[in-house]
Amino acid sequence: MTESAAPKPAPTGADPGTGGPRRSRRRGRTVPLPLLVPALLGLAFLLLPLLALVIRAPWSGLSEQLSSPEVWQALRLSLLCATSATVLSLLVGVPLAWLLARTDFPGRGFVRALVTLPLVLPPVVGGVALLLAFGRDGVIGQWLDAWFGITLPFTTTGVVLAETFVAMPFLVISVEGTLRAADPRYEEAATTLGASRFTAFRRVTLPLIAPGIAAGAVLAWARALGEFGATITFAGNFPGRTQTMPLAVYLALQNDPAAAIALSLVLLAVSIAVLAGLRDRWMSAS
Amino acid sequence: MTDTGERKAAMDAPEAPRSEVGLDARLVVDRGTFRLDVALTAAPGEVVALLGPNGAGKTTALRALAGLVPLSGGHLRLDGAELDRTPPESRPVGVVFQDYLLFPHLTALDNVAFGPRCRGARKAEARARAAAWLDRMGLAGHADAKPRRLSGGQAQRVALARALATGPRLLLLDEPLAALDARTRLEVRAQLRRHLAEFEAVAVLVTHDPLDAMVLADRLVVIEDGAVVQEGGPADIARRPRTDYIAQLVGLNLYRGRAEGHTVRLGTGPAITTTEDLAGPVFVAFPPSAVTLYGARPAGSSARNLWRCEVAGLESHGDQIRVDLTGELALAADLTTVAAAELGLHPGAPVWAAVKATQTHAYPA
Repeated sequence: MTESAAPKPAPTGADPGTGGPRRSRRRGRTVPLPLLVPALLGLAFLLLPLLALVIRAPWSGLSEQLSSPEVWQALRLSLLCATSATVLSLLVGVPLAWLLARTDFPGRGFVRALVTLPLVLPPVVGGVALLLAFGRDGVIGQWLDAWFGITLPFTTTGVVLAETFVAMPFLVISVEGTLRAADPRYEEAATTLGASRFTAFRRVTLPLIAPGIAAGAVLAWARALGEFGATITFAGNFPGRTQTMPLAVYLALQNDPAAAIALSLVLLAVSIAVLAGLRDRWMSAS
Repeated sequence: MTDTGERKAAMDAPEAPRSEVGLDARLVVDRGTFRLDVALTAAPGEVVALLGPNGAGKTTALRALAGLVPLSGGHLRLDGAELDRTPPESRPVGVVFQDYLLFPHLTALDNVAFGPRCRGARKAEARARAAAWLDRMGLAGHADAKPRRLSGGQAQRVALARALATGPRLLLLDEPLAALDARTRLEVRAQLRRHLAEFEAVAVLVTHDPLDAMVLADRLVVIEDGAVVQEGGPADIARRPRTDYIAQLVGLNLYRGRAEGHTVRLGTGPAITTTEDLAGPVFVAFPPSAVTLYGARPAGSSARNLWRCEVAGLESHGDQIRVDLTGELALAADLTTVAAAELGLHPGAPVWAAVKATQTHAYPA
């Protein structure tokens, strides 16, 4: 009847009984329950803790909590260190990504694996490793101390190093992916126009991959901002010097839970702001 | 420029050695199983087309000229200067890439100014030179447009302007018209021909389209499997193809055989009668339109060349039908749709194919 008469087969008629006809027509197909239920559970699991944070926040005393100089000190230090770590990651991470994407050297795959190692390494282990390398008696640290009088652990610089160690792989992987997707023949075209390989990189490749670099930088910055394990291991927890927001939150949770919640809210707000800034890039991605 | 003046003087002097100006190259590139070995010479002002099927090595040859692929052997001299070991950025070579590769983040003007900038011009000077080139290409109104806002034909001209703005002594064009649709192609081909005619140094273009090659180039170099199989003027190559590939390109049936007077014997198979009187190895060519088909053996036909064949395939070709035949002699025949219908042609149908000796053309191999 309708099958033979209709000029186009209706996509909805195939599965009667599930879902309203209007919705299924719009979506094309209904979602099977064995997928829908776990999906909603997962969504709830991700959102409920954040919701709890907002519900239990001491809204009445919030301004008081946040007006304490310790909070602003920690926030300022966090922003400063995360930004420094991001800049440091950009300075060495982008060239490293280029090296991995555009050159061929023996053991490249191995180097690439090493670069990604901090992604999966427990940050505390990273902190211990940093201590062994740059600590006062560390492999490099002893020379830095003896020759230049430079001590890195338990300093603000140490925080930046710890955050860079953990965050840079995010940037490298992101930029390398963008570089691989970018057409290397643009660099060749630049070369035939008289550009050296570095000029071609600077004037052609870099502008082409700028969106990828920006995305990688934001990822790295967010990761650095939240960094806890490597920081506390390598740089300690000195207010005003190495106590970043995550450390302050953890410490506050021991003796003043309300303050911890207030601090967490600030970090949540920063994260949401970052996400909002990236919405064109990620949230609209299909 | 003094450079141009010297070149002109050298050209005017008839006794000037040819190798001192223009391109003199033997490009050898080894790539595992593929080996390119192509000798290429060209005088200033000459346009040479490298013509060949896909995978023949045309683009590799072009990339070797540009320095994007290192030579495994041979030599490369341009206006007397050795370029074998010169890095690509230092070669006086301009390249128009197949899909143009205009820098998407730069305007048309900045794309063209890129080369002069890299070669040391100040920003204002480079932009002024770029503007002059765009003006010459009829693109003055599009100077501030980003490449994605340009039409295919406009992008092609920006790419040409970009390549020419560095004042190259060798201009390379990789399939310059392949990215265009049929209608734009016709127009851009005519423009490109004009710009190439104005270009005073050597131009080498790569194409798999015989029409592009014949319209744009003064001389064709046909490459198959990494080697030159034939070179010469377009008319000469169209009349006397030396490989099946070229014969197909120019639409001829081509056979290789041994001539004894007016008869050319093809291996152990059939013979073709020709008007030329030749001896030894020869090629015989005739166009598909010279073939007449009969449903039954024609009685009293004057054609000496008569073969029993079978229809292998039919294909419409404009207002004609192209018939592929196998049998005593494999050949292609063109006939009108009416004639094909009257003969009741279908794959597998037996036919007799005849060609007059006057329609064939034999030449030494």
